[in-house]
Amino acid sequence: MIKIEGVHKSFGSLKVLEGVDLEIPTGENLVILGRSGSGKSVLLKHIIGLLSPDAGRVLVDETEVGSLGYNELAKLRRRFGMLFQMAALFDSMTVGENVGLALRERGGMKEVDIKEIVREKLAMVGLKGIEDKAPSDLSGGMRKRVGLARAIAMDPEYILYDEPTTGLDPVTAQQINVLIRSLQERLNITSIVVTHDMASANYVGDRMCLLYKGSILFDGTPEDIANSKDPVVYQFIRGEAQGPLTDGTADIEVHTPDPVGQEARHGE
Amino acid sequence: MRGLTAPFAATGEQVINMVAGSGRLAIFLGRLAREIPPGLRYVHLFFEQCVQIGLASLPLVLITSLFVGGVAALQSAYQFKGYVPLIYVGTVISKSVFIELGPVLTALVVGGRVGAALAAEIGTMRVTEQIDALETLAIRPMRYLVVPRFIAAIFMLPMLTVFANTIAVLGGMVVAVNRVGISSVTFQRGMKLLFDVNDIYGGLIKAFVFGAIIALSGCYYGFQTRGGAEGVGESTKKAVVASCVGILVLDYFLAEVIFQLLFGAR
Repeated sequence: MIKIEGVHKSFGSLKVLEGVDLEIPTGENLVILGRSGSGKSVLLKHIIGLLSPDAGRVLVDETEVGSLGYNELAKLRRRFGMLFQMAALFDSMTVGENVGLALRERGGMKEVDIKEIVREKLAMVGLKGIEDKAPSDLSGGMRKRVGLARAIAMDPEYILYDEPTTGLDPVTAQQINVLIRSLQERLNITSIVVTHDMASANYVGDRMCLLYKGSILFDGTPEDIANSKDPVVYQFIRGEAQGPLTDGTADIEVHTPDPVGQEARHGE
Repeated sequence: MRGLTAPFAATGEQVINMVAGSGRLAIFLGRLAREIPPGLRYVHLFFEQCVQIGLASLPLVLITSLFVGGVAALQSAYQFKGYVPLIYVGTVISKSVFIELGPVLTALVVGGRVGAALAAEIGTMRVTEQIDALETLAIRPMRYLVVPRFIAAIFMLPMLTVFANTIAVLGGMVVAVNRVGISSVTFQRGMKLLFDVNDIYGGLIKAFVFGAIIALSGCYYGFQTRGGAEGVGESTKKAVVASCVGILVLDYFLAEVIFQLLFGAR
């Protein structure tokens, strides 16, 4: 169970999260929706401890993420997998090295066993025999799938997906959606998907939340959101240009702040 | 009114930025110091970086050293003519190369090449979320990325300096023989005349410190990178400037310390 309680986050004068409350039961497939720059990725990074809240707290199975020292946080992170928006593959390594990195770092495994797990995870995402390729040789969709294989390499309990279909053509995007859904069903993992792609959200989500002006505006099932009369929700899910979402507002891109300071706050 | 206060506001902002920057650097150095012992287990990454920082820089270092030695021979011969016996050309070249020209010019050349490469590589990893990805895999970026680069730099700079010293002296001798007209025997006698092995040790101590400055500049500014390609470019520029300025400023203070420690006087 993940609990997000009253999380506030600002970067300088820019308030991104202003009291987010959310509970994610084990085994649920939650989709967090919102416009670009609404703070979805920032919220995701709070869950895995890449960012610390200014106020409020994030609890994973009653453990407060922000209070953990670096070693405890590392232990917690081993229970998570994360797929990044642009896959974030290590371009100095081969595909096989990317997928097996966390296993090698954890230690205690023979190289032959690591290679077998790498092969197995790549097969699960529909990629076989590409262990020796460089990430730069892969298409966008393949990179995302390798990123996903890396995220599930340690058999995590939770997977965080940051815009899994962004930048992909509709066919490849749907392949990724199918893959996410099948991994959820086969591995019984708790999934949190951040996206603004409604087609993806409808396919992978059992529950949907809409992040708006720093807090959760809507929380319900895919049917609930489809039938919602809230003007903000209505405009968002139909992708209309006119409406409360676009009245006098501007997109604001949010960047991850100073990493040194962040890590220092985790007591490293 | 606003026009009157603007300079004070700008100065205040600069002071705040400077203090904040010093704090960030102090945190970075503290974390690096703590991560060095556990980071030593990444032996394969250390050897990879030795190749990147050391071996790959060798051709550049050798070419520049050859011409530095050559021009030093020409300059000293020109200034000595009629006043100082030309046997001292070998003396001047060996002394100046071993303790000053070899380590400093090697560090400046490597600082430009490696400082920029480290900042660009780590900066790109920052903006493409590869560093965040390391964190989510429970791997400490400081231990995994910075420690091997730092250790490789402080190890490889003295080695490069040894090669640079050798080639610079050879370059000086070739020019002295062919352009100035003194024999190789005279040049070598000049080298031995006031030779002190502490000149070499002093230069290698400098090279060790310069290696640390280059690695720290590249890695620190790489970690501080924000935004996209523009941010990477900005970090690269800052890393090169910081390493070059750092090398030249510290060179003076190192000279003060080394002359006191190794030679007992200035």
